[in-house]
Amino acid sequence: MSIDPAPGPRRPLFVERQTYRRRRLVDAARALPLLGLLLWCVPLLWLIPEEPLPTSTALVYLFVVWAGLVVGAAAMIFALRRARPIETGGTERPR
Amino acid sequence: MTTLNALAAISVAYVALLFAVAFVAERAAYRGHTGWLRAPIVYTLSLSIYCTAWTFYGAVGSAVRNGLEYLTIYLGPSLVLIGWWWILRKLVRIGRAQRITSVADLISSRYGKSNLLGIGVTILAVIGTTPYIALQLQSVTLSVEVFAQTAPQPEHERYTAFWVAAGLAVFTVIFGTRNLDANERHHGVVMAIAVEAVVKLAALLAVGGFVVWGIAGGVGQVLERIDASDLGHWDVSGGRWAGLMLLSAAAFLCLPRMFQVLVVENDNDEQLRMAAWAFPLYLMMMSLFIVPIAVVGLDVLPEGSNPDLFVLTVPLAFGQDQLALLSFLGGFSSATSMVIVAAIALSTMVSNHIVMPIWLRLQEGAASVSGDVRAVVLLSRRLSIAGVLLLGYLYYAVSGGGEALAVIGLVSFTGVAQVLPAMLGGIFWRGATRIGALSGLTVGFVVWLYTLYLPSFGSGMVLPQPFFETGPLGLSWLNPHALFGIDGLDPLLHAVLWSLSLNTLAFFAASLMSFPSPLERLQGAQFVNVQQTPGSARSWSHSTAQSEDLMVMAQRILGASEAQALFQRAAEEQGLEGHLPEPTPAFLQALERELSGSVGAATAHAMVGQITGGMAVSVEDLMAVADETAQMMEYSARLKAQSDELARTAAQLRAANDKMTRLSVQKDAFLSQISHELRTPMTSIRAFSEILRDAEELGDADRNRYASIIHGEAIRLTRLLDDLLDLSVLENGQVKLDMAEGRLEDVLDRAVAAVSADLGDRSLAIRRDRTTEQVWLRTDLERLSQVFINLIANARKYCDAAEPELEIRVSSDAQGLVVDFIDNGSGVSPEAQDVIFEKFARVGEMKAGGAGLGLAICRQIVTRLGGEILYLPDQRGAAFRVILPAPQALAAQ
Repeated sequence: MSIDPAPGPRRPLFVERQTYRRRRLVDAARALPLLGLLLWCVPLLWLIPEEPLPTSTALVYLFVVWAGLVVGAAAMIFALRRARPIETGGTERPR
Repeated sequence: MTTLNALAAISVAYVALLFAVAFVAERAAYRGHTGWLRAPIVYTLSLSIYCTAWTFYGAVGSAVRNGLEYLTIYLGPSLVLIGWWWILRKLVRIGRAQRITSVADLISSRYGKSNLLGIGVTILAVIGTTPYIALQLQSVTLSVEVFAQTAPQPEHERYTAFWVAAGLAVFTVIFGTRNLDANERHHGVVMAIAVEAVVKLAALLAVGGFVVWGIAGGVGQVLERIDASDLGHWDVSGGRWAGLMLLSAAAFLCLPRMFQVLVVENDNDEQLRMAAWAFPLYLMMMSLFIVPIAVVGLDVLPEGSNPDLFVLTVPLAFGQDQLALLSFLGGFSSATSMVIVAAIALSTMVSNHIVMPIWLRLQEGAASVSGDVRAVVLLSRRLSIAGVLLLGYLYYAVSGGGEALAVIGLVSFTGVAQVLPAMLGGIFWRGATRIGALSGLTVGFVVWLYTLYLPSFGSGMVLPQPFFETGPLGLSWLNPHALFGIDGLDPLLHAVLWSLSLNTLAFFAASLMSFPSPLERLQGAQFVNVQQTPGSARSWSHSTAQSEDLMVMAQRILGASEAQALFQRAAEEQGLEGHLPEPTPAFLQALERELSGSVGAATAHAMVGQITGGMAVSVEDLMAVADETAQMMEYSARLKAQSDELARTAAQLRAANDKMTRLSVQKDAFLSQISHELRTPMTSIRAFSEILRDAEELGDADRNRYASIIHGEAIRLTRLLDDLLDLSVLENGQVKLDMAEGRLEDVLDRAVAAVSADLGDRSLAIRRDRTTEQVWLRTDLERLSQVFINLIANARKYCDAAEPELEIRVSSDAQGLVVDFIDNGSGVSPEAQDVIFEKFARVGEMKAGGAGLGLAICRQIVTRLGGEILYLPDQRGAAFRVILPAPQALAAQ
């Protein structure tokens, strides 16, 4: 689906600063779950050392990541709402 | 100590509270006060049905047995929600745009409204969910037993389970099938489960808080206690950690009850934006105190206590009856909310994809005449709800509860996750086809059944023991726990791996090899491009559908007032008076979408199809689907047209060239002719004038004769020059018309007389029908008679018949007055026909009479008079037609 055959008005190749910021925010929102997955896959490495990791450390790590993701997601959603262009009302679909 | 009776009373009171909440919400929705019902926080809380009793009680048990592995069940869904922009956003938009009623409806609708797929997903969902409902019933009975403090008695357990199931069925029937809402949203139920979500979170947090600060004495101490306990070290297999995270994420999207609250009950994007961060937070809080409770429970409770009930037994052991009661209500809430939503979701699927199609089939062709469909749909929903709960109860009663049920949660997850490839493929890949989805689901279902579901009853229960040792019939590669000889994997992981990968493989391969039907392609384009195409493609042709029949049917599904409002609105949009709109494709599309909110896409499609005669795809849609072909055909047609035109132009050019060549030849001939014509009289004038000058003894008679010859030749010269001048004047448009009124008969008479008076040696019989000539004209009569004279003179000059004859025929038609001059000679040769009206043209080379200017002058005159002169080919002889314009002819009649 890399070819977008949508006819009609062509998307501009370069956009103004506000739209640009908004698109980067969407990029960040898309990247966040990937970051979360990566961080939550770190426990796969914990079985390698001779001396296993204490559960308390593991718990703290997992929950800190969790809280971080929640805060990150919330921050991005609020930022997106602020950056929402009035005229398009969020129908835009960045690619 | 809370007695059983008190417990029962509190439970009933709690349920009554839920009834009240649901009732108030329904009333508010009925009055249109939906603002707070649609609040994002309510939506977020309703998602908490993901946390069932299995997670409320079972998470602690799981933590005791497997350490931190229980977390994966929450991590997967958290990632799905944090990544809402990837999947959920699109899913809820599709759900809203297409009025999706269930996960089976989504799959069915996406793959060309295929009911077979709907049935398949429904069966999968029922098989996967029934044990899960049994698990909820079990958790409630177990928690009741904790308070009973007596030895467990199977009869009592079943008794409790039965009444819980019956009570839930009543609640679900009342609030889940209260109305047949076009949006399939259940405000009462959603509000009730939102309240339950708060209760269970509060209960778990209260127990957790009590354990951490009341018993252990603070966070630091708890962490020390954890490290000192049996769970003190990280000990989760990497495969299970990653595998379960993936599995729970997949199940979160595919579980019928999750789909119900996540997509079907969704109202706007704002709800999802809040849930995207708030629900992970909810999950985090739900799992925060699991490990502390487990560790403290292991410490303080006697050896052999059931860790699944630590959430209840720990507070009880410390005499915290109120806390234990709250905890009980939390568990009760978890169980009931899950069962209610699961029953609604399953009943919608069973009713829309199994019961209604069968009913419709039985009522073949009767969608427009028989009784109220609403009643049928509601009845089938209610029966389905009762049936689903009965199945759950029976499963519980037959399996006898216990260990077999405890593992069923993940087994169930794996089962419903089989829908994932078809779902994701359907919303992201236009190439996904019905055959592909069917293949993938079938393969995944079979592998799941064989490697996980059937073995979950215990080896030797359904599948015989040797299967697990040597494989069926000694085929070791078919061992349910070691497919293709890959041994040593955890059975769950093994099943997840094989079922999902073979499922995806089959889905992908079959999609690649099959070709979708037009309806599938239309639906596929709409699902995949839901953001770009807000409207949906038309899929109804403008057919023989009768608006009244549709109205009757719609009333029976949507209700009379709603259907009338819908039709009225459509009629107004079409700009029609009255309340029945035209059954345009757009209207049929909208109506079908509206109906599908009540009975599912496939059933709605079938019902409208019964009335409209089954035309499902319009020509425009087919053209759109066949776009590529159409474009190519159009292109080649255009090429062909262009080459045809080129060929035509070339032929015209050739003809023009020929004509010019002929004209040039004629011009040369004319020039020599005119030189000859001028020279001949000049020569005789010179000769005879010399004779008159030089010869002195000429007789009077001779002189007279010579002078006459000179005079005659001079007249001939003058006439030739007059003609040339006349033509030149006509061509330059300088001629002035002398309009007058007269009868056609008189004009013809004058012309015939003039010609007869002129040359008497050749006779020409003229046939006329005077009755037709009584037409009055307003035109330049002199000029017109000049034309007639010329035509008649031509006939006399050139008609080569033995007894020349000219017929003058008069008629009038739409074009005007038509006068034909047809002689009986051999006519004009075809190659000469298109040049006879040109200057200098002469028919035949022989008899001299004019300079070939006569017809050219005629054409100029008739054109000036607003008419037309043509040569009529294929008549007896030469035939000329003069057409005079109608207004002039008629106005004078």
